[in-house]
Amino acid sequence: MENRIFRFLSIVVCAVIFFSPTSGCVSKSSQKDSKPALVIWHWMSDREDTLQQIAQQYETETGVKVEFQLFAPSEAYGNKVRASAQTDTLPDIYGILAETRDYASFIKAGFVEDLTPYMEANNALWKKQFFKKALSMDTFVKDNQFDVLPGIYGVPIDVTNIQFLYNKDLFAKAGLDTNKPPRTFEQFKAVAKKLKENNIQGLVSGWGEIWMINCLADNFAWNIMGQDKILATIKGEVPYTDPDWIKVFSLFDEMGKSGLLASGMITMVNKHAEQTFANQRAALAFNGSWCVNVYKGMNPDLNYGVFLPPKISDKYPVVVWGGAGSSFKVNAKSKHKEAAIKFLKWITEKKQQIFLSKETHNLPSNRNALSNLSPHLKQFASAMKNTVHPSQLPNSEYPRVIETMGKGIQLIIIGQQTPEELAQKMQKIKEQEMKRSEKYNKK
Amino acid sequence: MKPKSENKINISKVMDLTTSYLFILPALVIFLLFGLYPFTQVFWLSVHNWDGIALSKVFVGLRNFIEIFSDGPWWNSMCHAAYIALLALIFQNALALILALLVDKDIRGGNIFRVIFYLPPVLSGIVVGLIWGWIYDGNYGLLNHWLGFLGLEHLARAWLSDPKTSLTCIAVIHMWKGFGWGFVILLAGLQGIPRALYEAAEVDGAGMWQKFVNVTIPMMIPVFVLVMIMTILGTMQIFDIIAATTNGGPGYATEVPVTRILASMQGASRFGYACTQAVVFGVILLIVSLTQLRISKKMKQV
Repeated sequence: MENRIFRFLSIVVCAVIFFSPTSGCVSKSSQKDSKPALVIWHWMSDREDTLQQIAQQYETETGVKVEFQLFAPSEAYGNKVRASAQTDTLPDIYGILAETRDYASFIKAGFVEDLTPYMEANNALWKKQFFKKALSMDTFVKDNQFDVLPGIYGVPIDVTNIQFLYNKDLFAKAGLDTNKPPRTFEQFKAVAKKLKENNIQGLVSGWGEIWMINCLADNFAWNIMGQDKILATIKGEVPYTDPDWIKVFSLFDEMGKSGLLASGMITMVNKHAEQTFANQRAALAFNGSWCVNVYKGMNPDLNYGVFLPPKISDKYPVVVWGGAGSSFKVNAKSKHKEAAIKFLKWITEKKQQIFLSKETHNLPSNRNALSNLSPHLKQFASAMKNTVHPSQLPNSEYPRVIETMGKGIQLIIIGQQTPEELAQKMQKIKEQEMKRSEKYNKK
Repeated sequence: MKPKSENKINISKVMDLTTSYLFILPALVIFLLFGLYPFTQVFWLSVHNWDGIALSKVFVGLRNFIEIFSDGPWWNSMCHAAYIALLALIFQNALALILALLVDKDIRGGNIFRVIFYLPPVLSGIVVGLIWGWIYDGNYGLLNHWLGFLGLEHLARAWLSDPKTSLTCIAVIHMWKGFGWGFVILLAGLQGIPRALYEAAEVDGAGMWQKFVNVTIPMMIPVFVLVMIMTILGTMQIFDIIAATTNGGPGYATEVPVTRILASMQGASRFGYACTQAVVFGVILLIVSLTQLRISKKMKQV
C-alpha cells in the first residue's frame, strides 16, 4: 500500500515538474489581453528614466500605453533582437545595432516596415523635420548592393557625430591659445610637440575598439580622395595600394611618431579614454557627441572645446563621421503597426525632442529642436551638415577588410607595420573576399 | 500459464521501471532540448552560409572547413591560446601545488589562506581585467611605478599595447585568476592520501623529498591529470580577460579562438563560418584531452 502511494506521488511530482514550464507558457499567452498597446525594446541604459517619462507622457496625452523594455548592454541587446527575429517574437518597435548588411537582412526577411509613405505624406512633412544626414543611415537608395527596395526604414530619435575635443586648461598650461584649436595637420603636430614639451599627455580615444580608429581613417580618406574614389575602392575599381590610401595610413604613422597619442591608446576602450580626458590626464580626445553627457557625469567642471578633424587636403571638404544616433524600426509583422508609427511621429516632434535633448544631453534628430542646447552640443550640432557615414554609400566594404584596416592602423601607430605593408595586406584580403563572394553568388 | 505471483512481479518491475524513467524524463527532455539539439545545430550550421538573420540558409558543404585552413588569424589565435595554456600548465599549476602543499601542512590560519587563494577564481573576469589594466597602464600603472621605484624605469612601457609583452601580460592575469581552482583540487587530492603511507615511508627512513617523489606524486597522478585537463580546456577558452583589456589587440597580438569566433559571428555576421570554427576548435580540444588521458593512463601503469 505504502509502495503504491509512493509511486502515485512520484508520478504526480514528475508530471508537475515536467508540465509546469509549459503551463507557464500557456498562462502567459492567455494574458495577451492585458499586454500594453505598444512594446519597445531599447538598449540605452543611460536614458531609461527619460524614456519611461516619455512613455507616461504619451499615455496621458493619447491614452495609448507604451512600455519601454531595457536590454543592456548593447551586445546582449543585439543578440536578443537577432534571436527574436528567428522566433518571430520581435516587439512593435525595436532598434538594430548592426552593420548595414545586417539591417538589409532584417528588411529582406520582412521584419522592418518601409516608412517611406509615412515620411513622404503631406508634402514630406515628417521627413523634412529631420537633419538631412539623420535619415541617411535608415535610407536604402536605388540599386544598393543589398538588393533592398529603396526606401526609409527607420526613425532616428537623436543624431551624433564624432569630433576632436581639447582641454582648455591643459592647453593654457602648455602655452597654447585656448581659442584656437588646430585646423590643419601641421598645426595638430605642432600642438603635439608643445604638449610633449610640457609633459602633458596628448590624444586619447577608444582605439582599442577598431570602429573608432576606422572613423578617423574614414574622415581622412573623405578629405583626401572624396566619396567617389572611396566608393570605387569598395567596388574594387581602385586598389588600396593607391597613393591616396597610403597617405591616409601614413597620417597615423606620423601621429604615432609625433608622440601625440597617449600611451596604450591602441588597446584603450572608449570608457577608459573618456575617464582619462574627464580627469584631465590628456589634453585631446576623439569622441562622439554623447561625450557631453558622459563628461558632465564624470567631471562637471571640465573646461573643454570641440573642433573638426584637421584638414589634410584642400581638394575635398573636411568631414566628420556621424548621422543617426539611436534609431527605431517598426516591426512589419506587428499588430500595432499604425500605432507604432504614430508614436514615432510623436516622439520626433519638436516638443518631445527638446525634452529628450535636455534630459539626456544628446543631439536631437529634429533640426527644429536646437534651442536650449548647451554650448558643447551646439558645436556638435553645427557639424551635422559635414557628417558622413559609410552606410550612406550604396556599397559597403567586406568586414574582413575593415577589420584588417583597424588592426593594421594599430600596428602602424606602434611602428610594427608600414603604411605600404598595410595597403598591400588590405588589397590581398580584398581580392580574396571578392573571389569568395563571387563563389557564393554563383552558388 | 504463468503463476499469479510471477505476473505480479512482472507488473511490479514495469511499474518500477516506469517510475524510474519518469524521474529522469524532465532531465532528459531538458538535456535534449538545451544540450543535444544546439550541439547538432552547430554542426548543421557549420556547412551553411548564414548571417544569423535571413530566414534561409545556403548549403555550402565543406567550403567553410576548407576556408578555415587558410585563415591565418584563426590559427594564430590558436597558437596564442596554446601559449597561454602552456604558461598556465607550468606556472599556474606549480604555484597551485606549492600553495596546496603548504596549506596541507596544517599551518596556522590554513582556512584563511584557503579562502584568500580561492578568491580570484570567483571574481568576474571583466573586473579582474579592468583591475589589471590599471596595473599595466603605461602612464599611471602600478607596475611602471614599482619599476621606477626599483630604478628600472627603462623597462616601463604600455604593457598591454606592446605586441612583445601583451600576450604574456594576459597570461599572467589568467594565471592569477585561475590558480585558485588548481589549489582547491590539489589540496583535496593531497588530503585524500592516506597518512599511513607517509608514516610507513618515515619508518623506512624517507626524507621530505623522497616522500614527495615516492608517495605524493604517484598518488596524485589522477588529480594532476584532472587539473591539467581543466587548465588546458579553461585556458583555451579564455575570453573575458581579453575583452576587458586588449580586445584582441594590438593588431592580432592577443586574439584567441573565442574572440575570432565572436568576430566571425558578430563582426562579420558569418554565423555558419563561426560554427565551423567552433566545431574545429571543439575537435582540437577533444583530441588534446584524449591524448592527455592516454598519457596519464600510461604514466599510471609506469
